[in-house]
Amino acid sequence: MGELLKKERDFTIPGDKLVESMEYLPGRNCFRDGDGIYAKKLGLVHISGRVLSVIALNGIYMPQRDDMIIGEVTDIQSNGWVVDIGAPYQAYLPLSGVRGYLDPAKNDMSKVYDVGDMIYGKIKMVSSTQSVHISMFDRMCRKFSGGRILNVNPAKVPRIIGKSGSMIDMIKRKTGCRIIVGQNGIVWLEGETHETENFVIDVIETIQKKSHIEGLTNEIEKMLDKRGVKNEKE
Amino acid sequence: MKRNDGRKPEDLRELEIEAGVLENATGSARVRMGKTIAVAGVYGPREMFPRRLQKNSQATIQLRYTMAPFSTDERVRPGRSRRSQEISMVAGNALEAAVFTEDFPKATIDIFVDIIQADAGTRTAAINAASVALADAGVPMKDLVCSVAVGKIDGTYVVDLAGKEEDASACDLPIAYMPSMDKLTLLQMDGNITKEDIKKLLELARKACLKINKAQREALKKRWLS
Repeated sequence: MGELLKKERDFTIPGDKLVESMEYLPGRNCFRDGDGIYAKKLGLVHISGRVLSVIALNGIYMPQRDDMIIGEVTDIQSNGWVVDIGAPYQAYLPLSGVRGYLDPAKNDMSKVYDVGDMIYGKIKMVSSTQSVHISMFDRMCRKFSGGRILNVNPAKVPRIIGKSGSMIDMIKRKTGCRIIVGQNGIVWLEGETHETENFVIDVIETIQKKSHIEGLTNEIEKMLDKRGVKNEKE
Repeated sequence: MKRNDGRKPEDLRELEIEAGVLENATGSARVRMGKTIAVAGVYGPREMFPRRLQKNSQATIQLRYTMAPFSTDERVRPGRSRRSQEISMVAGNALEAAVFTEDFPKATIDIFVDIIQADAGTRTAAINAASVALADAGVPMKDLVCSVAVGKIDGTYVVDLAGKEEDASACDLPIAYMPSMDKLTLLQMDGNITKEDIKKLLELARKACLKINKAQREALKKRWLS
Protein backbone atom coordinates (compact mmCIF):
# COMPACT_ATOMS: atom_id res chain seq x y z
CA MET A 1 0.00 0.00 0.00
CA GLY A 2 1.23 3.46 -0.86
CA GLU A 3 2.17 5.73 1.96
CA LEU A 4 -0.29 8.42 2.97
CA LEU A 5 1.13 11.92 2.55
CA LYS A 6 -1.45 13.47 4.89
CA LYS A 7 -2.80 12.50 8.28
CA GLU A 8 -6.39 12.54 9.50
CA ARG A 9 -7.59 16.13 10.06
CA ASP A 10 -4.64 17.67 8.20
CA PHE A 11 -5.34 20.95 6.43
CA THR A 12 -5.59 20.66 2.66
CA ILE A 13 -5.60 23.15 -0.17
CA PRO A 14 -6.85 22.37 -3.70
CA GLY A 15 -4.18 20.36 -5.48
CA ASP A 16 -2.62 18.79 -2.39
CA LYS A 17 -1.57 15.22 -3.05
CA LEU A 18 -3.01 12.83 -0.47
CA VAL A 19 -1.51 9.56 -1.68
CA GLU A 20 0.24 8.07 -4.70
CA SER A 21 -1.36 4.67 -4.92
CA MET A 22 -4.17 2.78 -6.59
CA GLU A 23 -4.91 1.03 -3.27
CA TYR A 24 -6.91 4.03 -2.07
CA LEU A 25 -10.12 5.51 -3.46
CA PRO A 26 -11.00 9.18 -3.88
CA GLY A 27 -14.03 10.15 -1.79
CA ARG A 28 -15.86 13.42 -1.31
CA ASN A 29 -14.01 16.54 -2.53
CA CYS A 30 -11.12 14.49 -3.93
CA PHE A 31 -10.11 13.47 -7.42
CA ARG A 32 -7.74 11.04 -9.06
CA ASP A 33 -5.10 12.07 -11.57
CA GLY A 34 -2.93 9.19 -12.76
CA ASP A 35 -1.97 7.20 -9.67
CA GLY A 36 -2.35 10.07 -7.26
CA ILE A 37 -5.33 11.25 -5.25
CA TYR A 38 -5.59 15.00 -4.80
CA ALA A 39 -7.74 17.34 -2.73
CA LYS A 40 -10.34 19.31 -4.66
CA LYS A 41 -11.23 21.81 -1.96
CA LEU A 42 -9.87 23.65 1.01
CA GLY A 43 -10.60 21.53 4.07
CA LEU A 44 -9.57 18.80 6.47
CA VAL A 45 -8.57 15.27 5.50
CA HIS A 46 -10.83 12.43 6.53
CA ILE A 47 -9.69 8.84 6.16
CA SER A 48 -12.10 5.96 6.48
CA GLY A 49 -10.51 2.68 5.53
CA ARG A 50 -9.40 2.91 1.91
CA VAL A 51 -11.47 5.97 1.11
CA LEU A 52 -9.81 9.38 1.34
CA SER A 53 -12.02 12.45 1.51
CA VAL A 54 -11.83 16.11 2.39
CA ILE A 55 -14.28 17.85 4.73
CA ALA A 56 -14.76 21.26 3.14
CA LEU A 57 -14.43 24.36 5.33
CA ASN A 58 -16.37 26.64 3.00
CA GLY A 59 -18.59 26.38 -0.02
CA ILE A 60 -22.08 26.96 -1.32
CA TYR A 61 -25.01 24.62 -0.91
CA MET A 62 -25.65 22.12 -3.70
CA PRO A 63 -29.18 20.66 -3.52
CA GLN A 64 -29.48 16.93 -2.93
CA ARG A 65 -32.52 14.71 -2.77
CA ASP A 66 -34.16 14.33 0.65
CA ASP A 67 -32.39 17.35 2.14
CA MET A 68 -34.50 19.40 4.54
CA ILE A 69 -34.08 23.04 3.58
CA ILE A 70 -35.32 26.50 4.49
CA GLY A 71 -36.12 28.80 1.58
CA GLU A 72 -37.74 32.08 0.74
CA VAL A 73 -40.68 32.22 -1.67
CA THR A 74 -39.66 34.67 -4.39
CA ASP A 75 -42.41 34.27 -6.98
CA ILE A 76 -45.84 32.77 -7.54
CA GLN A 77 -46.46 31.07 -10.85
CA SER A 78 -49.54 29.50 -12.39
CA ASN A 79 -49.07 26.15 -10.69
CA GLY A 80 -46.43 26.55 -8.08
CA TRP A 81 -44.01 28.75 -6.19
CA VAL A 82 -40.42 29.70 -6.92
CA VAL A 83 -38.23 29.32 -3.86
CA ASP A 84 -34.76 30.72 -3.24
CA ILE A 85 -32.75 28.11 -1.32
CA GLY A 86 -29.33 29.75 -1.52
CA ALA A 87 -28.09 27.34 -4.19
CA PRO A 88 -26.92 28.24 -7.70
CA TYR A 89 -30.30 26.95 -8.91
CA GLN A 90 -33.78 28.13 -8.01
CA ALA A 91 -36.13 25.60 -6.52
CA TYR A 92 -39.73 25.03 -7.51
CA LEU A 93 -42.56 24.05 -5.22
CA PRO A 94 -45.34 22.68 -7.43
CA LEU A 95 -48.98 22.51 -6.30
CA SER A 96 -48.59 18.74 -6.20
CA GLY A 97 -46.09 19.21 -3.40
CA VAL A 98 -48.62 20.91 -1.14
CA ARG A 99 -51.17 19.19 1.05
CA GLY A 100 -54.82 19.38 0.02
CA TYR A 101 -56.51 20.25 -3.24
CA LEU A 102 -55.86 23.71 -4.63
CA ASP A 103 -57.32 25.07 -7.84
CA PRO A 104 -55.13 27.96 -8.96
CA ALA A 105 -58.05 29.39 -10.97
CA LYS A 106 -60.34 29.61 -7.95
CA ASN A 107 -58.02 29.95 -4.98
CA ASP A 108 -55.63 32.75 -4.15
CA MET A 109 -52.26 31.00 -4.09
CA SER A 110 -50.69 33.83 -2.09
CA LYS A 111 -52.93 32.83 0.83
CA VAL A 112 -51.03 29.54 1.01
CA TYR A 113 -47.50 30.87 0.49
CA ASP A 114 -46.89 34.51 -0.32
CA VAL A 115 -43.80 36.15 -1.76
CA GLY A 116 -41.36 36.69 1.12
CA ASP A 117 -42.58 33.77 3.22
CA MET A 118 -39.94 31.47 4.66
CA ILE A 119 -40.76 27.80 4.32
CA TYR A 120 -39.24 24.58 5.61
CA GLY A 121 -39.41 21.94 2.92
CA LYS A 122 -37.87 18.77 1.63
CA ILE A 123 -36.06 18.40 -1.67
CA LYS A 124 -38.06 15.90 -3.65
CA MET A 125 -36.04 15.78 -6.82
CA VAL A 126 -32.92 17.21 -8.46
CA SER A 127 -32.95 16.45 -12.16
CA SER A 128 -29.95 16.09 -14.42
CA THR A 129 -30.77 19.51 -15.86
CA GLN A 130 -30.49 20.93 -12.34
CA SER A 131 -34.16 21.66 -11.86
CA VAL A 132 -34.93 21.35 -8.16
CA HIS A 133 -38.36 20.37 -6.86
CA ILE A 134 -39.50 20.81 -3.27
CA SER A 135 -42.34 19.10 -1.46
CA MET A 136 -44.10 20.01 1.78
CA PHE A 137 -45.35 16.51 2.56
CA ASP A 138 -42.83 15.71 5.27
CA ARG A 139 -43.99 15.75 8.87
CA MET A 140 -41.86 18.77 9.83
CA CYS A 141 -42.60 20.90 6.76
CA ARG A 142 -44.31 24.21 7.37
CA LYS A 143 -44.36 27.94 6.81
CA PHE A 144 -42.63 30.02 9.47
CA SER A 145 -44.45 32.78 11.25
CA GLY A 146 -42.33 34.81 13.61
CA GLY A 147 -38.83 33.95 14.72
CA ARG A 148 -35.59 34.96 13.14
CA ILE A 149 -33.56 33.82 10.16
CA LEU A 150 -29.80 33.37 10.30
CA ASN A 151 -27.50 32.58 7.41
CA VAL A 152 -24.62 30.25 8.15
CA ASN A 153 -21.90 28.64 6.08
CA PRO A 154 -23.51 25.50 4.54
CA ALA A 155 -20.27 23.58 5.03
CA LYS A 156 -20.61 24.08 8.80
CA VAL A 157 -24.18 22.74 9.08
CA PRO A 158 -23.10 19.22 10.14
CA ARG A 159 -21.01 20.80 12.91
CA ILE A 160 -23.91 22.93 14.16
CA ILE A 161 -26.16 19.89 14.28
CA GLY A 162 -23.47 17.68 15.82
CA LYS A 163 -23.33 13.89 15.92
CA SER A 164 -26.94 12.72 15.62
CA GLY A 165 -28.11 16.17 16.70
CA SER A 166 -26.11 16.35 19.94
CA MET A 167 -25.00 19.97 19.57
CA ILE A 168 -28.30 21.46 18.45
CA ASP A 169 -30.26 19.45 21.02
CA MET A 170 -28.02 20.79 23.76
CA ILE A 171 -28.53 24.40 22.65
CA LYS A 172 -32.29 23.88 22.46
CA ARG A 173 -32.40 22.26 25.89
CA LYS A 174 -30.27 24.86 27.66
CA THR A 175 -31.81 27.96 26.14
CA GLY A 176 -35.39 26.86 25.54
CA CYS A 177 -35.10 28.26 22.04
CA ARG A 178 -36.80 26.61 19.10
CA ILE A 179 -34.26 26.09 16.32
CA ILE A 180 -34.49 24.56 12.88
CA VAL A 181 -31.33 24.17 10.82
CA GLY A 182 -31.80 23.78 7.08
CA GLN A 183 -29.22 21.71 5.20
CA ASN A 184 -28.72 24.73 2.95
CA GLY A 185 -27.25 26.88 5.71
CA ILE A 186 -30.34 28.84 6.67
CA VAL A 187 -31.31 28.65 10.34
CA TRP A 188 -34.65 29.61 11.84
CA LEU A 189 -34.87 30.30 15.55
CA GLU A 190 -37.42 31.57 18.00
CA GLY A 191 -36.74 32.22 21.68
CA GLU A 192 -38.71 33.60 24.57
CA THR A 193 -36.87 36.92 24.51
CA HIS A 194 -34.71 38.82 22.08
CA GLU A 195 -31.77 38.37 24.44
CA THR A 196 -32.08 34.59 24.25
CA GLU A 197 -32.20 34.78 20.47
CA ASN A 198 -29.14 37.04 20.39
CA PHE A 199 -27.31 34.63 22.65
CA VAL A 200 -28.17 31.64 20.46
CA ILE A 201 -26.95 33.56 17.40
CA ASP A 202 -23.67 34.22 19.24
CA VAL A 203 -23.37 30.53 20.07
CA ILE A 204 -23.99 29.47 16.46
CA GLU A 205 -21.43 31.98 15.22
CA THR A 206 -18.89 30.64 17.71
CA ILE A 207 -19.49 27.11 16.42
CA GLN A 208 -18.88 28.34 12.89
CA LYS A 209 -15.65 30.10 13.82
CA LYS A 210 -14.24 27.21 15.86
CA SER A 211 -15.59 24.35 13.78
CA HIS A 212 -12.13 22.89 13.11
CA ILE A 213 -11.44 22.39 16.85
CA GLU A 214 -11.95 18.97 18.41
CA GLY A 215 -14.10 18.75 21.53
CA LEU A 216 -16.16 21.75 20.52
CA THR A 217 -19.33 20.39 22.13
CA ASN A 218 -17.74 20.65 25.59
CA GLU A 219 -16.63 24.21 24.93
CA ILE A 220 -20.10 25.21 23.79
CA GLU A 221 -21.62 23.48 26.81
CA LYS A 222 -19.42 25.64 29.06
CA MET A 223 -20.51 28.74 27.15
CA LEU A 224 -24.17 27.80 27.65
CA ASP A 225 -23.74 26.95 31.33
CA LYS A 226 -21.95 30.23 32.00
CA ARG A 227 -24.93 32.14 30.76
CA GLY A 228 -27.31 29.97 32.75
CA VAL A 229 -25.53 30.97 35.99
CA LYS A 230 -25.55 34.63 35.00
CA ASN A 231 -29.29 34.51 34.50
CA GLU A 232 -29.94 33.14 37.98
CA LYS A 233 -27.98 35.99 39.59
CA GLU A 234 -29.99 38.65 37.80
CA MET B 1 23.73 42.14 -11.92
CA LYS B 2 21.90 44.20 -9.36
CA ARG B 3 18.46 45.56 -10.10
CA ASN B 4 17.00 49.01 -9.48
CA ASP B 5 15.40 47.88 -6.23
CA GLY B 6 18.44 45.90 -5.12
CA ARG B 7 17.02 42.45 -5.87
CA LYS B 8 18.94 39.56 -7.37
CA PRO B 9 17.75 38.57 -10.89
CA GLU B 10 15.88 35.49 -9.62
CA ASP B 11 14.26 37.23 -6.64
CA LEU B 12 10.58 38.04 -6.36
CA ARG B 13 9.33 41.34 -5.08
CA GLU B 14 8.11 41.49 -1.52
CA LEU B 15 5.02 39.29 -1.48
CA GLU B 16 2.12 39.65 0.89
CA ILE B 17 -1.13 37.66 0.63
CA GLU B 18 -4.18 37.88 2.82
CA ALA B 19 -7.32 35.78 2.36
CA GLY B 20 -10.85 36.69 3.41
CA VAL B 21 -10.65 40.48 3.13
CA LEU B 22 -14.15 41.17 1.78
CA GLU B 23 -17.08 40.41 4.04
CA ASN B 24 -19.85 40.00 1.49
CA ALA B 25 -17.94 37.94 -1.06
CA THR B 26 -18.02 34.12 -0.95
CA GLY B 27 -14.25 34.24 -1.01
CA SER B 28 -11.68 37.01 -1.32
CA ALA B 29 -8.00 37.83 -1.21
CA ARG B 30 -5.57 40.71 -1.38
CA VAL B 31 -2.16 40.26 -2.98
CA ARG B 32 0.68 42.73 -2.80
CA MET B 33 3.68 42.17 -5.06
CA GLY B 34 6.04 45.06 -4.39
CA LYS B 35 4.05 48.15 -5.23
CA THR B 36 1.33 46.30 -7.13
CA ILE B 37 -1.80 45.58 -5.11
CA ALA B 38 -4.72 43.47 -6.33
CA VAL B 39 -7.94 42.71 -4.47
CA ALA B 40 -10.08 39.81 -5.70
CA GLY B 41 -13.60 38.81 -4.72
CA VAL B 42 -15.37 35.61 -5.77
CA TYR B 43 -19.17 35.40 -5.84
CA GLY B 44 -20.97 32.13 -6.38
CA PRO B 45 -21.26 29.65 -7.96
CA ARG B 46 -24.59 31.37 -8.52
CA GLU B 47 -27.37 31.48 -11.05
CA MET B 48 -26.31 32.83 -14.41
CA PHE B 49 -28.11 35.63 -16.20
CA PRO B 50 -28.92 36.16 -19.03
CA ARG B 51 -30.16 32.58 -19.31
CA ARG B 52 -29.13 32.18 -22.95
CA LEU B 53 -25.47 32.40 -21.92
CA GLN B 54 -25.76 29.45 -19.53
CA LYS B 55 -23.74 26.42 -20.50
CA ASN B 56 -25.68 23.19 -20.04
CA SER B 57 -22.88 20.97 -18.85
CA GLN B 58 -20.52 23.33 -17.04
CA ALA B 59 -20.23 26.57 -15.12
CA THR B 60 -19.11 29.79 -16.73
CA ILE B 61 -16.26 31.73 -15.20
CA GLN B 62 -16.57 35.46 -15.57
CA LEU B 63 -13.58 37.49 -14.48
CA ARG B 64 -13.64 41.25 -14.48
CA TYR B 65 -10.31 43.01 -14.17
CA THR B 66 -10.32 46.75 -13.49
CA MET B 67 -7.69 49.27 -12.65
CA ALA B 68 -8.62 51.92 -10.13
CA PRO B 69 -8.43 55.44 -11.59
CA PHE B 70 -5.77 56.33 -9.00
CA SER B 71 -3.70 53.18 -9.47
CA THR B 72 -1.02 54.70 -11.74
CA ASP B 73 0.79 58.02 -12.17
CA GLU B 74 -1.52 58.93 -14.99
CA ARG B 75 -5.23 58.68 -14.24
CA VAL B 76 -6.87 55.56 -15.69
CA ARG B 77 -10.23 56.20 -17.28
CA PRO B 78 -12.74 54.11 -15.30
CA GLY B 79 -14.67 51.38 -17.04
CA ARG B 80 -13.80 48.80 -19.63
CA SER B 81 -10.95 49.35 -22.00
CA ARG B 82 -9.35 47.23 -24.71
CA ARG B 83 -6.57 46.33 -22.32
CA SER B 84 -8.76 45.42 -19.36
CA GLN B 85 -11.00 43.29 -21.56
CA GLU B 86 -8.03 41.34 -22.82
CA ILE B 87 -6.64 40.78 -19.34
CA SER B 88 -10.08 39.78 -18.01
CA MET B 89 -10.28 37.15 -20.72
CA VAL B 90 -6.77 35.68 -20.36
CA ALA B 91 -6.87 35.69 -16.56
CA GLY B 92 -10.33 34.08 -16.60
CA ASN B 93 -9.11 31.36 -18.94
CA ALA B 94 -5.98 30.78 -16.86
CA LEU B 95 -8.18 30.11 -13.83
CA GLU B 96 -10.89 28.18 -15.65
CA ALA B 97 -8.30 25.52 -16.45
CA ALA B 98 -7.99 24.82 -12.72
CA VAL B 99 -11.66 24.90 -11.72
CA PHE B 100 -13.98 21.88 -11.86
CA THR B 101 -16.57 23.75 -13.90
CA GLU B 102 -18.52 20.55 -14.60
CA ASP B 103 -19.56 20.42 -10.93
CA PHE B 104 -21.91 23.39 -11.37
CA PRO B 105 -23.73 23.12 -14.69
CA LYS B 106 -25.56 26.29 -15.82
CA ALA B 107 -24.13 28.37 -12.98
CA THR B 108 -21.60 31.16 -13.05
CA ILE B 109 -18.63 31.95 -10.86
CA ASP B 110 -18.05 35.69 -10.85
CA ILE B 111 -14.59 36.95 -10.01
CA PHE B 112 -13.93 40.65 -9.62
CA VAL B 113 -10.33 41.81 -9.46
CA ASP B 114 -9.48 45.41 -8.73
CA ILE B 115 -5.98 46.79 -9.09
CA ILE B 116 -5.64 49.35 -6.33
CA GLN B 117 -2.05 50.22 -7.10
CA ALA B 118 -0.10 49.32 -10.21
CA ASP B 119 3.61 48.95 -10.74
CA ALA B 120 3.91 46.36 -13.54
CA GLY B 121 2.77 42.76 -13.29
CA THR B 122 -0.87 43.55 -12.63
CA ARG B 123 -2.20 40.54 -14.51
CA THR B 124 0.00 38.17 -12.54
CA ALA B 125 -1.07 39.78 -9.25
CA ALA B 126 -4.68 39.54 -10.42
CA ILE B 127 -4.37 35.81 -11.13
CA ASN B 128 -2.62 35.16 -7.81
CA ALA B 129 -5.32 37.02 -5.91
CA ALA B 130 -8.20 35.43 -7.82
CA SER B 131 -6.80 31.94 -7.30
CA VAL B 132 -6.59 32.40 -3.52
CA ALA B 133 -10.07 33.93 -3.51
CA LEU B 134 -11.45 30.91 -5.41
CA ALA B 135 -9.93 28.47 -2.93
CA ASP B 136 -11.21 30.64 -0.07
CA ALA B 137 -14.71 30.47 -1.56
CA GLY B 138 -14.59 26.67 -1.47
CA VAL B 139 -14.72 26.28 -5.23
CA PRO B 140 -13.46 22.82 -6.25
CA MET B 141 -10.15 23.20 -8.06
CA LYS B 142 -7.40 20.99 -9.48
CA ASP B 143 -4.74 23.21 -8.02
CA LEU B 144 -3.94 26.75 -6.95
CA VAL B 145 -2.83 28.85 -9.89
CA CYS B 146 0.24 30.98 -9.36
CA SER B 147 1.49 33.51 -11.79
CA VAL B 148 4.66 35.48 -12.39
CA ALA B 149 6.28 37.48 -15.20
CA VAL B 150 9.82 36.79 -16.36
CA GLY B 151 11.94 38.75 -18.81
CA LYS B 152 15.36 39.45 -20.21
CA ILE B 153 17.19 42.70 -19.50
CA ASP B 154 20.65 43.29 -21.03
CA GLY B 155 21.16 39.57 -21.51
CA THR B 156 20.16 38.64 -17.95
CA TYR B 157 17.09 36.64 -17.12
CA VAL B 158 15.03 38.39 -14.46
CA VAL B 159 11.97 37.35 -12.46
CA ASP B 160 8.95 39.46 -11.49
CA LEU B 161 9.58 42.64 -13.47
CA ALA B 162 8.75 45.82 -11.63
CA GLY B 163 8.13 49.40 -12.75
CA LYS B 164 10.73 50.60 -15.23
CA GLU B 165 12.17 47.13 -15.75
CA GLU B 166 9.22 46.21 -17.88
CA ASP B 167 9.96 49.02 -20.32
CA ALA B 168 13.69 48.25 -20.31
CA SER B 169 13.31 44.52 -20.93
CA ALA B 170 13.81 42.97 -24.34
CA CYS B 171 10.94 40.65 -23.61
CA ASP B 172 8.24 40.14 -21.02
CA LEU B 173 6.76 36.71 -20.46
CA PRO B 174 3.87 36.43 -17.99
CA ILE B 175 2.95 32.86 -17.12
CA ALA B 176 0.40 31.13 -14.90
CA TYR B 177 1.27 27.72 -13.54
CA MET B 178 -0.33 24.90 -11.57
CA PRO B 179 2.50 23.48 -9.42
CA SER B 180 1.22 20.07 -8.35
CA MET B 181 -0.22 19.32 -11.79
CA ASP B 182 2.91 20.79 -13.41
CA LYS B 183 0.87 22.53 -16.08
CA LEU B 184 0.93 25.99 -17.61
CA THR B 185 -2.39 27.80 -17.92
CA LEU B 186 -1.20 31.13 -19.29
CA LEU B 187 1.71 32.01 -21.53
CA GLN B 188 1.96 35.41 -23.13
CA MET B 189 4.93 37.14 -24.65
CA ASP B 190 6.03 40.63 -25.53
CA GLY B 191 9.17 41.30 -27.55
CA ASN B 192 11.65 39.10 -29.33
CA ILE B 193 13.57 36.16 -27.90
CA THR B 194 14.90 32.78 -28.99
CA LYS B 195 13.63 29.29 -28.26
CA GLU B 196 16.48 28.65 -25.80
CA ASP B 197 15.62 31.85 -23.95
CA ILE B 198 12.04 30.73 -23.52
CA LYS B 199 13.10 27.37 -22.14
CA LYS B 200 15.39 29.00 -19.59
CA LEU B 201 12.84 31.64 -18.66
CA LEU B 202 10.12 29.05 -18.11
CA GLU B 203 12.37 27.08 -15.79
CA LEU B 204 13.06 30.28 -13.83
CA ALA B 205 9.37 31.17 -13.71
CA ARG B 206 8.49 27.70 -12.49
CA LYS B 207 10.79 28.09 -9.50
CA ALA B 208 9.37 31.52 -8.72
CA CYS B 209 5.83 30.13 -8.91
CA LEU B 210 6.64 27.54 -6.25
CA LYS B 211 7.56 30.40 -3.89
CA ILE B 212 4.29 32.16 -4.67
CA ASN B 213 2.39 28.92 -4.12
CA LYS B 214 3.92 28.64 -0.67
CA ALA B 215 2.79 32.16 0.22
CA GLN B 216 -0.73 31.44 -1.08
CA ARG B 217 -0.96 28.31 1.05
CA GLU B 218 0.22 30.15 4.13
CA ALA B 219 -2.40 32.84 3.58
CA LEU B 220 -5.23 30.28 3.34
CA LYS B 221 -3.97 28.37 6.34
CA LYS B 222 -3.86 31.56 8.39
CA ARG B 223 -7.39 32.47 7.38
CA TRP B 224 -8.99 29.10 8.17
CA LEU B 225 -6.97 27.68 11.04
CA SER B 226 -6.62 30.54 13.50
